Amino acid sequence: MSDSPTGLTQAQKAEQVRSMDLLRFATAGSVDDGKSTLIGRLLLDSKSIFEDQLEAVEATSQSKGYDYTDLALLTDGLRSEREQGITIDVAYRYFATPTRKFIIADTPGHVQYTRNMVTGASTADLGLVLVDARQGLTEQSRRHAVILSLLRVPHLVLAVNKMDLVDFSQEIYEKIHAEFTQFATKLNIPDLEVIPISALQGDNVVTRSEKMPWYSGPTLMHHLEHVHVASDRDLVDVRFPVQYVVRPKSDEHHDYRGYGGMVAGGVLKPGDEVVVLPSGMTSKIAGIDLFDQEVSEAFPPMSVTVRLEDDVDVSRGDMIARPANAPKPSQDIDAMVCWMTNEPLRPRQKLAIKHTTRSARALVKDIQYRLDVNTLHRDQDTKELGLNEIGRVQLRTTVPLLCDPYSKNRATGSFILIDEATGVTVGGGMINSAS
Amino acid sequence: MTETHADYQLSQLDQLEAESIHIFREVAAEFEKPVLMFSGGKDSIVMLRLAEKAFYPAKIPFPVLQVDTGYDFPEVIACRDKWVSRLGVRLIVASVEQAIADGIVVDDGKTSRNRLQIGTLLNALEEGSFTAAFGGGRRDEEKARAKERVYSHRDEFGQWDPKMQRPELWSLYNGRIHEGEHMRIFPISNWTELDIWHYIGREGIEIPAIYFSHQRRVFQRDGMLLTESDFNPLRTGESAEERTVRFRTVGDLTLTGCVESEADTIDKIIDEIAIARVTERGATRGDDRFSEAAMEDRKKEGYF
Ligand SMILES: Nc1nc2c(ncn2[C@@H]2O[C@H](COP(=O)(O)OP(=O)(O)O)[C@@H](O)[C@H]2O)c(=O)[nH]1
Repeated sequence: MSDSPTGLTQAQKAEQVRSMDLLRFATAGSVDDGKSTLIGRLLLDSKSIFEDQLEAVEATSQSKGYDYTDLALLTDGLRSEREQGITIDVAYRYFATPTRKFIIADTPGHVQYTRNMVTGASTADLGLVLVDARQGLTEQSRRHAVILSLLRVPHLVLAVNKMDLVDFSQEIYEKIHAEFTQFATKLNIPDLEVIPISALQGDNVVTRSEKMPWYSGPTLMHHLEHVHVASDRDLVDVRFPVQYVVRPKSDEHHDYRGYGGMVAGGVLKPGDEVVVLPSGMTSKIAGIDLFDQEVSEAFPPMSVTVRLEDDVDVSRGDMIARPANAPKPSQDIDAMVCWMTNEPLRPRQKLAIKHTTRSARALVKDIQYRLDVNTLHRDQDTKELGLNEIGRVQLRTTVPLLCDPYSKNRATGSFILIDEATGVTVGGGMINSAS
Repeated sequence: MTETHADYQLSQLDQLEAESIHIFREVAAEFEKPVLMFSGGKDSIVMLRLAEKAFYPAKIPFPVLQVDTGYDFPEVIACRDKWVSRLGVRLIVASVEQAIADGIVVDDGKTSRNRLQIGTLLNALEEGSFTAAFGGGRRDEEKARAKERVYSHRDEFGQWDPKMQRPELWSLYNGRIHEGEHMRIFPISNWTELDIWHYIGREGIEIPAIYFSHQRRVFQRDGMLLTESDFNPLRTGESAEERTVRFRTVGDLTLTGCVESEADTIDKIIDEIAIARVTERGATRGDDRFSEAAMEDRKKEGYF
């Protein structure tokens, strides 16, 4: 897969690499569904595995008395986990084909599950959920899909694995397909693909399976390589959270004052009228710098430095938007929160909150309900959120946040909660609405 | 003016660059006293380049810290000095020799220089009371690194506890630390070795000459090709000869192996890596070879 087509000149190869794009995906599956084997296969078949790594894994497989190479060993992480034979934390893996680079957020199957999956899904363009064809959909597979849809991961793949153990049965695949499609209508999943595979034998992973002629859809790798992610970003609503004020204070650049940040939404151009929030002052974009070059446009997720025509007061935590299209500064936040620590979240609790480049304090006004991620049932009787629970929470912040609903913009619609005493990240939030 | 793409697509290298710049700015904005740990290798040079871009036209708002093992390649030091003077950053050199003389670390004759670096580094971080230290670690380098955060929390002893690491969601980094603690920051976490090389090629970044094919007197030890030098006397049975080689990593020259290679340009290096069948570390880092978990141990002690 990763061999460049022969006959390409050096310049053509460089051009190919330059235009290569990026897909970030998160994987989920219950223990033993074959997730590690599948990732091992993707890495192996895209030639991302080095000989010394493969040899180590072959040796381990042999010493354990296996009669095949256990590809799952390729992605085994820390020693403490290896000793327990489990994975307990999100691991990131990398591979590339000639057209795309992939970053996998590999989320483990059990302990701390929700927390890890939310973390992995937060940056993902695509979610890959594995099921064992023999077992069909389980409570856990539904939970994985729910979390991915809550995190607004725009593309979902359900990989029906171990097809070799069910005689590559079309009937079994169709049943799982139908059941899942039915369930998915309750969720927010813009794009769904259900692919029958054998991670162990490689069927429909990279090469099309001859044993499943009835399946006419793409192989997993083909789908990963071609799924269109560019249009998932918001290119309409200009959102530029100011991260860092660049002031050289040197003779050469004496009057330079620029606002560094990553574009969170929309397309910025020199000459555009802008408003700076929360002050509400307006100005025009004088120029956009990317290192020593001026660029004619900036769009997500570019990191640029924006210069304004007027000498308005702008600092970190402010946001640049368009006068007719700007978020309303809000202190009352309604959000779905995933709680990530042992001590439960309760009303009246005070926490630190970080939203884009803005930090503040937040008071928990109310916990409206706890969401059962298996059944989607809203439990309104509990007034607290335990570890790995997700619920709808009302917050009041000390300073206004410049936010959008998470469904509109994942960057300006998300926040983290921090325990002020320990400094630990204890929650992640997705804004429903703010006022 | 540079025209950007009409379809608002950012190539993966541009996305990686944007993410790294974001991390540099975030740390500069939120931490009192950051420092960039500079090894002299290609990864830390790419870090310097990204930091340069993040703050341009202002200077990089933090110093650069290098641990001098006493056994560094002269080509690496020469390249470092050029970068430092071009960027006008402050360079702090923490010497392992000095740390031994001051009794901060103990040279028992068995411990490698790369390991003695740990104590020297931690001491320098403490002396400078740095609250954030940028490192050039990449998650693709080694299994134990795959779970490393971009912001990696270290306790008062500079130690890393896998269970204490904070979840990292979206691009919202939590930089809160207590007195005496610090954060290791890995701005190029998501870059692979190939990405680094493509970026060096694209940007025309200057790296130490030892990365390119050259003639050198080398000898075999423990399955590695080591450079002949006064620091590294030949043992009985060993003999040096001239070969055409290059280095894939830089470090303590008594422990850093080279590979036979004709690759004398970035493009040739990229071609070579694309078909290379052994990891950078597996091939050429003596101190990682002793056990599979060596890296993890060193990490817990605070090296990375
Ligand atoms: N027959 C068969 N076995 C598989 C397949 N995928 C995984 N396995 C086996 O299922 C077991 C669990 O796989 P593993 O990848 O460790 O699962 P994980 O816990 O989801 O990472 C291992 O023994 C695998 O060899 C498959 O497609 N077919």
